[in-house]
Amino acid sequence: MNVIFVLWLREVKRYLRSRPQIIASLGQPLLYLLVLGFGLGRVTQISGTASYLQFVAPGVICMGILFTSIFSGIGLLWDRQFGFLKETLVAPVPRLQIMAGRTLGGATIAIIQGTLVLVVCMLAGFRPQSFAAIPQAFLFMALIAIVFAALGTAIGSTLRDMQGFQMIMNFLIMPIFFLSGALFPLGNLPTPLAVATRIDPLSYGVDGLRGALIGLAQIGVVLDVVVLGVLAAAFLILGAWAFSRIQV
Amino acid sequence: MIKVQNLNKTFGEIKAVVDVTFEVAPGEIFAFLGPNGAGKTTTIQMLTTLLRPTSGTVGIDGLDPVAQPLEVRRRFGIVFQDPSLDQELTAYENMDLHGVLYHVPRKVRAERIEVLLKLFELWDRRASLVKTFSGGMRRRLEIARGLLHRPKILFLDEPTLGLDPQSRNQLWTHVKHLNETEGVTVFLTTHYMDEADRVAHRVAIIDHGKVVAQGSSAELKAQTGADTLEGAFLKLTGTTIRDETAGSADAMRQMARMWSRGQRR
Repeated sequence: MNVIFVLWLREVKRYLRSRPQIIASLGQPLLYLLVLGFGLGRVTQISGTASYLQFVAPGVICMGILFTSIFSGIGLLWDRQFGFLKETLVAPVPRLQIMAGRTLGGATIAIIQGTLVLVVCMLAGFRPQSFAAIPQAFLFMALIAIVFAALGTAIGSTLRDMQGFQMIMNFLIMPIFFLSGALFPLGNLPTPLAVATRIDPLSYGVDGLRGALIGLAQIGVVLDVVVLGVLAAAFLILGAWAFSRIQV
Repeated sequence: MIKVQNLNKTFGEIKAVVDVTFEVAPGEIFAFLGPNGAGKTTTIQMLTTLLRPTSGTVGIDGLDPVAQPLEVRRRFGIVFQDPSLDQELTAYENMDLHGVLYHVPRKVRAERIEVLLKLFELWDRRASLVKTFSGGMRRRLEIARGLLHRPKILFLDEPTLGLDPQSRNQLWTHVKHLNETEGVTVFLTTHYMDEADRVAHRVAIIDHGKVVAQGSSAELKAQTGADTLEGAFLKLTGTTIRDETAGSADAMRQMARMWSRGQRR
């Protein structure tokens, strides 16, 4: 338990100490929010929402969580390069605990980052349907963070260098984001695209968060929780397995 | 305490370790010497559960690192050849994290951290981030950290690389003291033959992945007719210079260094 806690604390400390990075990683969601929210907002009307900004804000929050949590998992790669990974790998501690500490730490900073994006969204004019919706929103933010931090750990355990990272970025993370319905509604899509969006784990996160924040869920909040819960368990197991196989 | 029989490790075509056999008795200081790329670090990695051997058996205190990695890890401490500190944490935090990973109780942890940081003259800088440390200071911190828990076996992979004579002296005095008072078995590699001559009870020389000689320093000198261990070493391994192939980790580390330099300036 102690071990999980110190490794969790390490992730959080490292995050809080890199203030420039916190601000830099707010830049991308902010750009999407402002450019799409205000740019497309004038020409786009999505039924059931007051404005495109209201529609896209939950998607942008998911984006912040997605990137932060996956990157934290891939941070393993940096630990491998700078050698700290070895220090934890030879310690007389089950790898499962090391993986759990890191992953929960990554998920925690992703939730903090998501909260910051939520605050920025509200400054830009986004309004949740009610403040009672906030706890439910945090449930979804936490689920998304855990799912993708665990996936990030699984990926980080198998990657050897930064070239692989570029591949993951272009062929995994970007599609996960664009196919999730963060930017457009999931109804009335051509079949192949509709299937792709249902395979995308983030679709359920975006849908759940949007359901919580603005009352617009197309898949259904209950199904969202179930799918995210199952995926979180599956990816944690996958991540733990991949992590346990690391050789230096 | 350490028993290695017919150990082999191949990476694709390259035979890094070939049929290595040796034994280290409890309480012994054993030096594993060899030119660059001879297979020293690969051997240490197999002994310390970081790499799976291609074939052969390893026994650490009678346990197999492949079958019982956790039990084996409880028994040793290691100072790595290349850096393994968290640069975004302070010196104290690095020590403390290590203490938690090795289940050193809180009170004992605080005491030992203080003693060791003072011994290696890092106590005044305990609250500084490691990334602000010079190379020598980082090295000293790595060593202090490796000594924090009291293992049965201590692996030191070129621990004195980049240290000034004062720190080297400090290190070996401390290691000898640990060995004499607590009976810690020490397995070390170094390129400084005088160090090996001074501290090691027994020496093995490895070249091209094979053990070419082993015995006490005096035996090796007698065997080769050299006056010094360095002379014996050169007679056994020749005078050609070896190249070490850089792994992907080294290449990346270099890139990361270039990167961070670019960002800061």
